[in-house]
Amino acid sequence: MLRYTIRRLIQLVGVVLVLSLLLFAWLRALPGGPVSALLGERATPESREALTKQLGLDQPIFVQYFKFLGRALSGDFGVSTGVQPGDSAMEIFLQRFPATIELSFLAIVIAIAFGIPLGYLAAKRRGGWFDNLSVGGSLIGVAVPVFFLAYVLKDVLSSALGLPTEGRQDAINATRVTGFFVFDGVITQEWDAALNALEHLILPAVALSTIPFAVVFRITRAAVLDVLDEDFVRTAESKGLTAPVIRRRHVLRNAMLPVVTTIGLQTGALLAGAVLTEKVFSFAGVGQALAIGFERRDYPVLLLLIIMATIVYVVVNLLVDLSYAFIDPRIRTR
Amino acid sequence: MALLEVRDLTVVFERKGEQPFTAVDHVSFEVEPGQTVGLVGESGCGKSVTSLAIMGLLPKRGARVSGTVGYEGTNLLSLSDREMRDRRGRDLGMVFQDPLSSLNPVVPIGVQVTEVLERHRDMSRKKAMVEAADLLDKVGIPDPTRRLSEYPHQLSGGMRQRALIAIALACRPRLLIADEPTTALDVTIQAQILALLKELVRDMGTALVMITHDLGVVAGLCDEVNVLYAGRVVEKAERHELFAAPRHPYTHGLLSSIPRLDAPRGQKLSPIKGSVADNIPWDHGCAFAPRCPNALDVCVQVTPAQEDIGGGRLLRCHNPVRPPVVEEVSA
Repeated sequence: MLRYTIRRLIQLVGVVLVLSLLLFAWLRALPGGPVSALLGERATPESREALTKQLGLDQPIFVQYFKFLGRALSGDFGVSTGVQPGDSAMEIFLQRFPATIELSFLAIVIAIAFGIPLGYLAAKRRGGWFDNLSVGGSLIGVAVPVFFLAYVLKDVLSSALGLPTEGRQDAINATRVTGFFVFDGVITQEWDAALNALEHLILPAVALSTIPFAVVFRITRAAVLDVLDEDFVRTAESKGLTAPVIRRRHVLRNAMLPVVTTIGLQTGALLAGAVLTEKVFSFAGVGQALAIGFERRDYPVLLLLIIMATIVYVVVNLLVDLSYAFIDPRIRTR
Repeated sequence: MALLEVRDLTVVFERKGEQPFTAVDHVSFEVEPGQTVGLVGESGCGKSVTSLAIMGLLPKRGARVSGTVGYEGTNLLSLSDREMRDRRGRDLGMVFQDPLSSLNPVVPIGVQVTEVLERHRDMSRKKAMVEAADLLDKVGIPDPTRRLSEYPHQLSGGMRQRALIAIALACRPRLLIADEPTTALDVTIQAQILALLKELVRDMGTALVMITHDLGVVAGLCDEVNVLYAGRVVEKAERHELFAAPRHPYTHGLLSSIPRLDAPRGQKLSPIKGSVADNIPWDHGCAFAPRCPNALDVCVQVTPAQEDIGGGRLLRCHNPVRPPVVEEVSA
């Protein structure tokens, strides 16, 4: 298992190297560039040239790449030109990454907390009204665009629920420790700060959770339907075990493998959803920075954030693969 | 009083837009305490459905069960789900056909044994583990303490079936139903499992309902045999009498299709013609008529009634096989 983990982490290094090269090329292939973005359409050729030189964009692209790589290895990913001009890309990442983690984590928790029980219930009542209704509902969950749902939540439901729709926290005096606002509030025992940050998370997290919820729901339902037909469930019934024991130990434990895989994949996909959600809710996370970064062609920030997103994706799926061994003993002994 | 008294047990499967299908049709039999009763027949004759109906394991929707299943005087079919749950595993145990798929692949063997002890005998996990090791030992699994922490895929087929038997007998139920317990096993292992079952039911005084298509199993184990065809009992007899003098042409056919060591050289096996699918419904005559060598015109017109032919034997046939005449020694 350790060897497997190490091999996967070494592969990750290769993936990141290749990705950085491709990204470098792709970003520069976009029309426009940081110079036009910063100076606007009417800038004089002289000022454009000066800025191009200052940003090092006048050099051949492979020279730029190797310079970037050399600095990156010592932790310097360059300075932001668009998102927060003047701040280092790493600073922006460290500031915003906890926000997106908090948001995605809550969204995934919502998706799991509702998707698994409802999926189980729908399978148990296959063909009944609850099953039909929730399968239909999950289809809508997948089909409705995140940005549409986000605006509905923001403009229609927020006032009824009394929940905030902008930012990560109101301007209150809160101690910053880790950058995870809810977590910070808990460890410093500033409960009002934690609660305030949590309130800010709810609507964007709900908007972000709809797709993973719908997918987790459907996969759980399908997996449970398969397991319910298995002989060992009949054996469990023949022992007269109580319904909760059969559900937990015999049905769900066997149905979890595909569900866990899905959760891993969805966690990666969340980042794509976060770009839209964070934009709508002015939530200062990685997604919002990506959106602004693309508008203003902020090469250093885009490069770093996308590479980091890739690392998160690979690591999450590695954790998922490792978790198989804990769920299924047949994989452990192989 | 009989321990189990099945009266007119009928199971009809109903599906929307399809003809209802009667899988079990007024089946009646009794099991005395400690007795072993066989339910014999080809695939699709209703043996397994009968056993699932007794256990209350048929799906709630789509299966209509009628008749009575008396267990020590209580009709199990009238019990609530909850009451039935309390009895399954405690009063009635069941062993299934395929020992691999009948065990949960992701739960250690030990837990699969102890959970039934915890449920019905109020044991703590720790106490139940000791008892479970004891049970595994009793069913002939070597090194039981180590096996408790292993998973089904780490055990051989025979071991798995032994474990399932240990689970079914964990609470010492008075009735055990074994649904083709040896079908999925190698022949040598089959013999071991049958010997084990025989020994356990004798030692524990458990009544056994043995469901099988294998008359060899019946010969070695059962006191009394019910032969089922298309959901009805066509012949019922004590074991020795059934083998010595089968009366129903179906029973006769089953017996003559078994290879025998003492048969004359060159004698061919005589299989039963056709398949179970060649049925006519019981209410139009005898379901076996299309495959029956003894069929008369009346067989496809009048449903044969179940008759008591003496000696505790029941028979449902218009034109039964004649009992072999015992040759008189001529002077």
